Amino acid sequence: MTAAITQRCLLLSQSLLLRSRSMISKQTPLRTLRGQRHTACGFSRAFSSSTGALRSEDKVTVHFINRDGEKITTEGKIGDSLLDVVVDKNLDIDGFGACEGTLACSTCHLIFDENIFKQLDPITDEEMDMLDLAYGLTETSRLGCQICLSKSMNGMTVSVPEGVADVRQAADMGLTPS
Amino acid sequence: MSTCILRAPVSKGFSLQFATTFAKTTSCYGKLGSTAAPQPQVCIVGGGPAGFYTAQHLLKSHKGVQVDVFEKLPVPFGLVRFGVAPDHPEVKNVINTFTQTARQDRCGFYGNVTVGSDVTVEELKQAYHAVILSYGAEGSRSLGIPGEDLSGVHSAKDFVGWYNGVPGNKDLKPDLSAEMAVILGQGNVALDVARILLSPLELLKKTDITAGSLEAIAGSRVRRVLIVGRRGPLQVACTIKELREMINLPGTQPALDPRDFQGLREAVQDIPRPRKRLTELLMKAALEKAAGKEAEREWSLRFLRSPTHILPSPDRSRAAGIRLAVTRLEGSGEHARAVLTGEVEEVECGLIVSSIGYQSLPIDPTVPFDPRQAIIPNRMGRVQQAPGLYCSGWVKRGPTGVIATTMNDSFDTARSVLDDMESGQLDTSTPRAGSCAMHALLKQRGVTPVSFAGWEKIDAVETARGREVGKPREKLVDVRDMLKVASL
Repeated sequence: MTAAITQRCLLLSQSLLLRSRSMISKQTPLRTLRGQRHTACGFSRAFSSSTGALRSEDKVTVHFINRDGEKITTEGKIGDSLLDVVVDKNLDIDGFGACEGTLACSTCHLIFDENIFKQLDPITDEEMDMLDLAYGLTETSRLGCQICLSKSMNGMTVSVPEGVADVRQAADMGLTPS
Repeated sequence: MSTCILRAPVSKGFSLQFATTFAKTTSCYGKLGSTAAPQPQVCIVGGGPAGFYTAQHLLKSHKGVQVDVFEKLPVPFGLVRFGVAPDHPEVKNVINTFTQTARQDRCGFYGNVTVGSDVTVEELKQAYHAVILSYGAEGSRSLGIPGEDLSGVHSAKDFVGWYNGVPGNKDLKPDLSAEMAVILGQGNVALDVARILLSPLELLKKTDITAGSLEAIAGSRVRRVLIVGRRGPLQVACTIKELREMINLPGTQPALDPRDFQGLREAVQDIPRPRKRLTELLMKAALEKAAGKEAEREWSLRFLRSPTHILPSPDRSRAAGIRLAVTRLEGSGEHARAVLTGEVEEVECGLIVSSIGYQSLPIDPTVPFDPRQAIIPNRMGRVQQAPGLYCSGWVKRGPTGVIATTMNDSFDTARSVLDDMESGQLDTSTPRAGSCAMHALLKQRGVTPVSFAGWEKIDAVETARGREVGKPREKLVDVRDMLKVASL
């Protein structure tokens, strides 16, 4: 009984989050308090962490393919963002999440499988603005800090793209005389 | 503007001898027993993002390395503190990562030490196995036009330094008394300057903008900002997030000329998505009529204009206008070139900010420097013809890009250093005195370095003062104040 209510509350808070996110996207970006991580899943995550001990149905397995090809398998809480997972599990992905989930960089850029990509929440202008500057952009790219884990993502694989260079550099980058 | 820096000459002969003798006769080598694992000593010059990211990668990848970061100012973090706009606090979150790095046992921070005058690069090379230059770009590109030195003309670097609390810029006193300000350059820094000039005070006063500049801006009569570029809308160097911010800036409206965008709708159909979205946003801003009443403040982008003269006031005491040559484009896309048409126009204005690029300066006569590109010649971060010397960040590849770009670049340089240690290219078999020798040298010269703990005292004072006035921090802008607080 409690589980069903919890589930419905989670869904409700997520849909509220979606609606409020589209409103928020028209204003200036949310500010981070010092040391606090701020991702798109903030509301539902805070809620889920207050419901007590987590059971296995609250977790999903996620596989990360790192830049060197190494596969890292880990678990994340439903409602957490992929940035939360990388940070909480201390995954060894160089330079991931530099701006701590505030849509001010593109270092949490991840590549998804087509079938998962299609089910993701629609991308906001703010996310696309930063994603557009990511290196190695693909048709199924998103920013990890904006993607919240759901049940249907259990077992999914995401890839960390090659470089995290941001295209806000002029064409003369790397001009070293030979 | 001269690119020459004047630094007090240091008596090198005495100091090298002193350092070596001191190191041998004290316990500098005491901890480095012959049975211990190698403890390579690495020195990084410059405590900004490049310095800290390079340190981070070295410390993570090598469990014995000791990294010392030297910084000219008493406070760390470089352009993250002094370049990122006050209303972009989220970009400054990287400071948390740098703080973690600095607090590690094997990382030392030495603020208030100017490499090139307090200590030479040669002396650092004696004390450390590797020296990594990450001191960024403290100069700016000059326009090279008459009138550039008139009062009222500033580089964006200085203007940004002024509102961000760079001690050397605190007395800038930019003239904000005229209605029109002109910014030369259409990159993100130009937009930052425009935005700070036109932002509502209620927003600015909640940021970490300095009290002095906030007061000046409160009395500003600037109402119109013209952002000028040599080429067209398809070549504009700013990016969409920053442009969107300008368009949505409360109390302002864009005044873009629809004629600049004729024929562009077709031209953008097949170009990459980032440029396409940026251009579409520009077109939308140019073609849509602003709903509701007109805003008090206005900004516009003027394309195809190249400055030729800054025009003085009648008494020649300050800038009063600017002459712009009209250009046209040859070629298209990113590589289109601006060519003069012969036409000119003049704009009256009180403030001119030149935002055409930062520029690195040579630090020390013994370090190779390419004056044409204004970078240290290097390959993968290894300084050419200078074994043991490396570089990362803007001084390595030029002053463009964001923090993430510098992060990548710094990791690359760290990898070069680590590879060289492993291959023996960098000989770490004999211990070096590292910071031990530096402490002695600096003391002998009357230089008191500020440790990271010292910075944290400054940080605490700034944060506490900020809290009193509803700001994230109230920056100290005087080096003497910083040193006083750090030594408490």
